[in-house]
Amino acid sequence: MKTHALSGELNVKGLSKWYHIKGQPPVHVLDDCSFEIEPGKLTVVMGTSGCGKSTLAYILCGYLNPDRGQVVMDGQQVKEPSSSRIMVFQETALWPWMTVLDNVIFGPLAAASIGKEEATRKAMELLRKFGLSEFKDKYPSQLSGGMKRRAELAQALINSPKVMVLDEPFRGLDVMTRELMQEYYIKLFEETRLTTVFITSELEEAIFLADRILIMGGTPSKMVHSLEVDLPRPRTFDVLASERYLEIKKEALEALYGDSMQHFV
Amino acid sequence: MKSAEKTLETPIMNQPVVKNPKIRLPRINWRGVIAIIGFFVAWHLSVKLGFPGFREIAAPYDVLHTFLTRYLDNPDYWASWVASFKRVLYGFLIAQLLGIPLGLLLGTRQTFNHLVYPVIEIMRPIPPLAWVPISILFWPTTESSIIFITFIGAFFIIVINVHDAVKSIKKEHIWLAQSLGASSGQIFRRIMIPSVIPSIAVGMTLGIAVTWNVVIAAEMISGDNGLGRLTWEGYVSHTVTVVIIGMVSIGLAGYLSTIVVDYLEKKMMPWRVAR
Repeated sequence: MKTHALSGELNVKGLSKWYHIKGQPPVHVLDDCSFEIEPGKLTVVMGTSGCGKSTLAYILCGYLNPDRGQVVMDGQQVKEPSSSRIMVFQETALWPWMTVLDNVIFGPLAAASIGKEEATRKAMELLRKFGLSEFKDKYPSQLSGGMKRRAELAQALINSPKVMVLDEPFRGLDVMTRELMQEYYIKLFEETRLTTVFITSELEEAIFLADRILIMGGTPSKMVHSLEVDLPRPRTFDVLASERYLEIKKEALEALYGDSMQHFV
Repeated sequence: MKSAEKTLETPIMNQPVVKNPKIRLPRINWRGVIAIIGFFVAWHLSVKLGFPGFREIAAPYDVLHTFLTRYLDNPDYWASWVASFKRVLYGFLIAQLLGIPLGLLLGTRQTFNHLVYPVIEIMRPIPPLAWVPISILFWPTTESSIIFITFIGAFFIIVINVHDAVKSIKKEHIWLAQSLGASSGQIFRRIMIPSVIPSIAVGMTLGIAVTWNVVIAAEMISGDNGLGRLTWEGYVSHTVTVVIIGMVSIGLAGYLSTIVVDYLEKKMMPWRVAR
């Protein structure tokens, strides 16, 4: 696998988005969001559920167009989906009618970048790395939640993306699998330094993974706070007991809930 | 790189349970067998004891006797099977061949949808049998009119099912394919078509049941052969044994078709079977 140092920089400027639903007033989801995703860093986007995190992710990947503002990646405006930015969706998006192997080699074959033999070889290398080589001929419905998540990572990584966007990828997994997957992703990230946008609503997960946390808030949502997470890498779960972790957590909590708590007073 | 690969090979939990490899013999549903025997005994007793309503009904033994002596080796009887099966097959196949592409077009092409869907919505509630008179007037032969009515029975079910399925394709499935560089042709063939296969299967299951309903009724009204005609002729000539032979034959024919359709569905969706 290639390393992706210093590519995959995202500049987001003045992003606004409304949803237009028939017979209802338009819903203003994002309002003037501006931020940067640094290359080679793991940036976590946090916010309460329903605040427009997924919408933001869809815009970053080019699935939705913003009503105002723009996303620029490595100097080029994002207008449509591309294999340089691949998303791991909240609910599994593995195609249920393809085997694990077919899911993984779909990308290279669709892009016709390499032949089937070469794609299969690369796919098997990745599946072996993710502990899934025995399951290459299984269908997604035959995999557990954690295995599906790993298969999706393989499906994405085979295309050597510059940015990974993960939208609450470990939601719905049981606690043990979830922690295992967090450890898994952090190792993968520390090995590849693949620019990552990780969306979550869980603070502990955010601090454990992040180089920087961006906090969304308000209705419509804006970026309200940016938080550097300077915990040492490589990271293990030990950092969760460190004093620095608690300080960061306190700051994040204030940024997250300070605003909404005012409404109760 | 090497060390990183090693570190990633953490033991993975959640391995699926390995299934017991022992071969299982098909188990007979004894309760079902007893119920079937019970049914025939009750039928026999009801006729023999002359319960109200059963005076005109033939006993199971008489039906079996008539079947063995007059129908089992009667080519006309088997020709009725062939005639009905042919009509179901043609009506069903034409409904699939026209209905699936139409459903796909309605789901994917908005202009086409706005143009055609209202017409379908007007035609759909008309029961297939209400088409009988027009069909007889329109089509040159009885055979083609019966096939047409059978076709109508399955056609709208298929169209609506496929149309709904296209509309409810997960957007993530399409987006992911777009991200990975798939062309719109590839997305159509490898993502959209497999997405609607389960709904095509549902349409087939419902469609085959409806086509049998319709073909029997159409044969009773306008046919000159087929299992529906056989049953009707039994009634007209006051031969109750023949009516019952006809009914049982229709039941068996429907059952056989369902087995074939189930088999086809499993072949169409290997990912549903392997669980």
